[in-house]
Amino acid sequence: MMSMPTHTFRIVVAKPGLDGHDRGAKIVARALRDAGMEVIYTGLHQTAEEIVETAIQEDADVIGVSILSGAHMTIFPKLFGLLRERDAGDIVVVAGGVIQSEDVPRLQEMGVSAVYDAEQPLQALVDAVTRLAAERRVRLGL
Amino acid sequence: MNERERVAAERDTWENEDVAAFARRRPERREDFQTFSGETMERLYTPADVQYDYDRDLGFPGRYPFTRGPYPTMYRAQPWTMRQIAGYGTAADTNERFRFLIAQGQTGISVDFDMPTLMGYDSDDPRSEGEVGREGVAIDTLDDLDVLFRGIELDKISVSMTINPTAWILMAMYVALAQERGIPLDRLAGTVQNDIIKEYVAQKEWIFPPRPAMRIVRDSILYSTKHMPHYNPVNVSGYHIREAGSTAAQEVAFTLAAGKAYVEEVIKAGGSVDDFAPRLSFFFVSQIDFLEEVAKFRAARRIWARTMKEKYGAKKAESMRLRFHTQTAGASCTAREPLNNIVRTTIEALAAVLGGTQSLHTNGYDEALSIPSETAMRIALRTQQIILEESGVAGTIDPLAGSYAVEVLTDRIEQRVNEYFDQIEERGGVIACVEESWLQQEIANAAFDLARKKDAHELEFVGVTKYRDDKGKAPALDLHTIDPAWERNQLERLRRTKAERDQSAVASALERLVQAARDENENLIPYTVEAVKARVTGGEIVNALVPLFGRYKELAIF
Repeated sequence: MMSMPTHTFRIVVAKPGLDGHDRGAKIVARALRDAGMEVIYTGLHQTAEEIVETAIQEDADVIGVSILSGAHMTIFPKLFGLLRERDAGDIVVVAGGVIQSEDVPRLQEMGVSAVYDAEQPLQALVDAVTRLAAERRVRLGL
Repeated sequence: MNERERVAAERDTWENEDVAAFARRRPERREDFQTFSGETMERLYTPADVQYDYDRDLGFPGRYPFTRGPYPTMYRAQPWTMRQIAGYGTAADTNERFRFLIAQGQTGISVDFDMPTLMGYDSDDPRSEGEVGREGVAIDTLDDLDVLFRGIELDKISVSMTINPTAWILMAMYVALAQERGIPLDRLAGTVQNDIIKEYVAQKEWIFPPRPAMRIVRDSILYSTKHMPHYNPVNVSGYHIREAGSTAAQEVAFTLAAGKAYVEEVIKAGGSVDDFAPRLSFFFVSQIDFLEEVAKFRAARRIWARTMKEKYGAKKAESMRLRFHTQTAGASCTAREPLNNIVRTTIEALAAVLGGTQSLHTNGYDEALSIPSETAMRIALRTQQIILEESGVAGTIDPLAGSYAVEVLTDRIEQRVNEYFDQIEERGGVIACVEESWLQQEIANAAFDLARKKDAHELEFVGVTKYRDDKGKAPALDLHTIDPAWERNQLERLRRTKAERDQSAVASALERLVQAARDENENLIPYTVEAVKARVTGGEIVNALVPLFGRYKELAIF
């Protein structure tokens, strides 16, 4: 008999960069946890290497990267490079923070699955993460 | 029946008859009206609601308990300092912005540093990649500070530096620069933020753990008190606490609790309260809830005065009067329909002025999008000038005093703050609360509550949660752009300074600094001044001390 996928989605909320703007990351972490997901919050000042390491260790479905320092065009290429290098390219990456609209398509081209800012309803973000995590499990036959 | 009882009785009649009948025909918009911080707002406040004793609780401007203002004449003699913060790229780039702002009538300078400078990494550190000159100006050595203030007379204009874990290094550079330019230290006026407690609580810039970090703050206060009588060595800040999502009462409570911790630290080292307390200054946000914010500023002054007098036995009025800088709320600015932020900023600036601020930064309308463009900064500065020159509010002192609503809100903030003071004390003081992440958790809870209310439309944000226009065209804004040349130029400057300096002087200055750091009773500032004069970089100073002091690791909660 086939077993139902009973384990919950695992989300790493990551905060790269030297800045301390963690308000949004913490709100998102809490909203995802309240929605029944297993949330691992990395804390501040993470390098791309540290984020990828955490995501692999924690068997993450989704990495939510919160970035308000403006350094997203430096961080994301590094992050995707490392994920591929570690054979973890299947982990879904979502971005949030202050990201100027002309950068959104460029991030999507790199592989970011969704970009959110503080002016979108929290519920929309929770729904998107749930859907993306579920699709990943289906893709991997988990 | 006295007047108060008569009004109370009459109000009951009004509620039961007039209001009830009217509300049957036209129900109120909400069941419950609240301030932005979630305090209940009654339908009406009357003389029956206010509790104050005029002499005890309000008094006169410039007199205890300073509720009505720190000075006897306020803006009639001295308008608040219009101090727009600026910083990006290399020192030369920011110097250009400063000269522009001074030419526009700005009366003080305020420096924003880039993340690497704030966190103690040199521009050539691998952690700095992509962040050099991005969110502020990059300062690695004294040569950079010299260029930053080129053509600016440091004995004539007051300079505020927003920097914390590395504040003592920048203060030492400032001292060294004044000495190299032949300016006596007692002519320097200005402020360095240097409020490490709120870093652990909210802004999250740190290097060392709280204990050694507090010692460095103590050293800067003692040094500044002795050598720089017009300098503010600490700017105890609530801005970041509120921006992280706290309530108004938490902002005041946690800020003043940090202020108390600094006072206690310096007293413990033998400082006398009336020697240094007059130089402590404060920094608050002005958020969008106009009445609540005016009340908050007035309450903060009263609570600090009472604390200094009753708890620490201050005798001088200057030790009890709270002086503060204000910045309008970055968190209230929206990325959608950014020009609306000019209106929000105006309301917030007006609250700061009616709350009696000593200096003010008004945000650019592009605050939610990038660091401000020149156009945005000009309008922001003009907003303050219009309030001062045209609105008329600067003509009389504390004009909202005696407003039933404002006095009730002022009392309520004072009460909430005192409740927090008690809780913090019960938990072993503010440092213990930081180490347990209790203050951080309180703020995270308030921030989540705000986010929830926003999602549930209990709080509306125009153009975002209500009247949202996703089809409308975004206005074409001329935003501040990042020039990739800044990082290259700064790396080149740093390389040159490092190549040209006397390497043995660098090594011996660092050795003396570390030696001094080992002795808890030594003051680090003179050794740091000596080091920066030898062109030791900020990163080198930090790296020399990390093995001794350790690195802080946050207990991350959400």
